[in-house]
Amino acid sequence: MLNKHIDKPVSVLLMSIAVLCGLILLLVLSFLVKEAWPAINDGAWRSFLVDDAWYPLEGLFGISPMILASLAMTVGAILLALPLGVSSAIFLVFYAPAPVGSVYRLMLNLLAGIPSVIYGLWGLTKLVPLIVQWQAPGVSLLAAILVLTLMILPTVALTSAAALTAVPQELIAGAAALGLTRKSQILLVLIPAAKTGIISGVLLAVARALGETMAVLMVAGNVVQNPTSLFAPVRALTANIALEMAYATGTHRAGLFASGLLLTLLVLLLAWLASRLRSQAQRG
Amino acid sequence: MKERGFTLLIWASALLVAAMLLWVLSDVFIKGLSHLSWSFLMDEPSDSGRSGGIAPILISTLLILLVALFVSIPLGLAVAVWLSDFTEQRSEFANIIRLTLDALTGVPSIVYGLFGNAFFSIFLGLGFSIVSGGLTLACMILPVFIRTCESGLSAVNNDWRKGALALGLSRSATVWHILLPAAAPAIVTGLILGIGRATAETAALIFTSGYVDRMPESVMDSGRSLAVHIYDLSMNVTGGDDAAYASAFVLITLIILLNTFAQAGVNRWLKGRLVAL
Amino acid sequence: MTLTSSINTRPYTLGSMNTGEPCCEPIAHLQVQNLSLAYGQKTVLDGVSLDIYKGCITALIGPSGCGKTSFLSALNRLTDLSASTRVRGSVLFDGEDLLSDKVDVLTLRRRIGMIFQKPNPFPLSIRRNLDLPLKEHGVNDRKIRAQKIETALRDVGLWDEVADRLDSSALALSGGQQQRLCIARALVLEPEILLMDEPCSALDPISSAVVEALIIRLRGQYTVVIVTHNLAQARRVANYAAFFWMKERVGKLIEFGQCQNLFEKPNHQLTAAYISGTQG
Ligand SMILES: Nc1ncnc2c1ncn2[C@@H]1O[C@H](COP(=O)(O)OP(=O)(O)OP(=O)(O)O)[C@@H](O)[C@H]1O
Ligand SMILES: [Mg+2]
Repeated sequence: MLNKHIDKPVSVLLMSIAVLCGLILLLVLSFLVKEAWPAINDGAWRSFLVDDAWYPLEGLFGISPMILASLAMTVGAILLALPLGVSSAIFLVFYAPAPVGSVYRLMLNLLAGIPSVIYGLWGLTKLVPLIVQWQAPGVSLLAAILVLTLMILPTVALTSAAALTAVPQELIAGAAALGLTRKSQILLVLIPAAKTGIISGVLLAVARALGETMAVLMVAGNVVQNPTSLFAPVRALTANIALEMAYATGTHRAGLFASGLLLTLLVLLLAWLASRLRSQAQRG
Repeated sequence: MKERGFTLLIWASALLVAAMLLWVLSDVFIKGLSHLSWSFLMDEPSDSGRSGGIAPILISTLLILLVALFVSIPLGLAVAVWLSDFTEQRSEFANIIRLTLDALTGVPSIVYGLFGNAFFSIFLGLGFSIVSGGLTLACMILPVFIRTCESGLSAVNNDWRKGALALGLSRSATVWHILLPAAAPAIVTGLILGIGRATAETAALIFTSGYVDRMPESVMDSGRSLAVHIYDLSMNVTGGDDAAYASAFVLITLIILLNTFAQAGVNRWLKGRLVAL
Repeated sequence: MTLTSSINTRPYTLGSMNTGEPCCEPIAHLQVQNLSLAYGQKTVLDGVSLDIYKGCITALIGPSGCGKTSFLSALNRLTDLSASTRVRGSVLFDGEDLLSDKVDVLTLRRRIGMIFQKPNPFPLSIRRNLDLPLKEHGVNDRKIRAQKIETALRDVGLWDEVADRLDSSALALSGGQQQRLCIARALVLEPEILLMDEPCSALDPISSAVVEALIIRLRGQYTVVIVTHNLAQARRVANYAAFFWMKERVGKLIEFGQCQNLFEKPNHQLTAAYISGTQG
């Protein structure tokens, strides 16, 4: 033993490290704001909304098409992933025979662990050629939606399965005692009981889809335009940053940081909502 | 009748999801393996990566990961230990730290890329380098690592805590000799999450560790990670798909291998400390 | 006092100790004065004053929730673990108030050991369970540690049972063996006082009898404070007994005296009712 009174200095040391790590958030936000400042001070931020095109070199900073594209991708992916994910969860919890269930769960975990750039690669080389056969150019909103769906499905399925498993046993027994069929038990009793858990999982998935960069960048075509058709190439907010950071300077660079700031605030809002829901679910 | 339809629907969607996964995985494995060879792992890339191999890229990937883990493991364990054992569980201050960490978990990786570029590369003058990339990744994986370790530590049997303190052991000794070893499974989980996220990361690295695909001479050199390489091959290099798939296969294998090492490393550390749980 | 010198370097033993009448002349080892204890706003003990006599066994009895465990934890400052726990009053130990901020709690806890209701051996080998505390208290010589470990294990009657598997997990022992290991772990630090919180209540009857016999052998050598719900056990092992009771949800010391007196001619009506089983 070195010193019996080691606890005091250790405690101080650990606390300083904790504060330091907590400060990372402040550091991230303040650097975003600092770098974005030229694009947002003195009402400059308004040009993000009113300019009708994204030509940063000419001082036009209309990001609304990209916000819309990001939202369209996210909404599309959720619309597909929610029913598929929840029914996968129902399968996992209520229908799958034990060995099938554990293999299925393993598979979902594996799916969740695949790097997004690999989804992008796969989407670009397999999915896009398929869509081209249907309608050119292939790289499109649809491709982005499909790839994002694959990426968030495991999150939705695994969190929903957890929420369904957490439903109290008496509730299930009660529903069975009422003579409800399995389908009605699930649809009328279990899903409503697990609702908050499922929604908080979905919010997490939304945050992930909104923040995803690579997969979307690789398959969406990256044309700055409003998402008017499923087959039209569009550019997401994240993809825009990745594409232009390499050469952006001055207000252009500031504009990119500003869109990063916007994205962060959006995602933090979602994470906050999800945690509110989760603590609500725990309490009641 | 309706009941049958519902059952069918559930099975059908489960099968659909399974089929999609098998589709993706089989493509990566078949196309990846067919291009993979010993020389692919050992050679420098040539012709923008269309031919040659990925040796420098593997080295850069490992170096970036090493920097990230070297920074995040000690810091992360320190914060986790502070949260679980050196502060009141319900203290306002600790809760603020927890909240900040949870918020950091949600920040998109491209934003970490922006931050890393502005802070490490430019503000601290580290430039496009393996250090910049590693530090950016460290910021990214710290929050998840901390929270996983903290929940593992809090879940350790409280009787051991009381027993140790009642013997007049210091907090520090209790944590070091008993609680940390007992929380090892959670620490492994945290490590695996961190390694998975860091190794898979692309967006945060493009503007921090950069694109250069030469063999790095030091951690101050720019280095291209495997994920960035895959991105570059598939987007910017026509005819790079085969090499991209082979790299993707290597990336997945690497993640699995690293996870096994993490598990084995922690087991080794445990040996002679903990007999059993 | 240096840290190393606080633990003897000579092996000690309970060995041939006689278990007869150690408590002829009561010397206070701990003087508890007007002790009260609260968790946050909730007071659980109030105005407790009693002397714990050297070399004697004092039993604490009383209904569930009357603050017996809280009382014990105050005596070795385990109450420090939560900042919301407030302890007032004083406890004199060697002429010093052990509740004061100036006391070195780590040394205090070495001198006042504690045994818990549920055996809590560390998830380490049997040897390391004893080795770790010794090392942490500055016994750096390996040979001396080995000797002390053997003596402590012999004292709790565990040596013959575990000598050939000292390096296997302590968690593989039976419940009774685990509890004796925990007692050995406390004894190896050569404490002066042992606090025991229902040490037998999680054990089967046979293990319980073994541990009880061990406690009786501690008499004379150590000062023991034992909480038990088993009144027969209290009568068998203790020289003194203290009866706690809840008045308006606050724990109070109702009666304290020689064990035999307290059980046979209690002064207080509540005590009489409790030991005859009509209340509590
Ligand atoms: N850490 C704590 N925080 C808040 N209240 C506590 C805490 N520990 C104990 N209490 C409360 O203090 C009161 C006394 O508890 P204590 O454990 O000291 O009683 P006890 O006499 O040991 O009971 P038992 O015989 O059941 O072990 C109880 O009402 C209990 O709920
Ligand atoms: Mg108790």
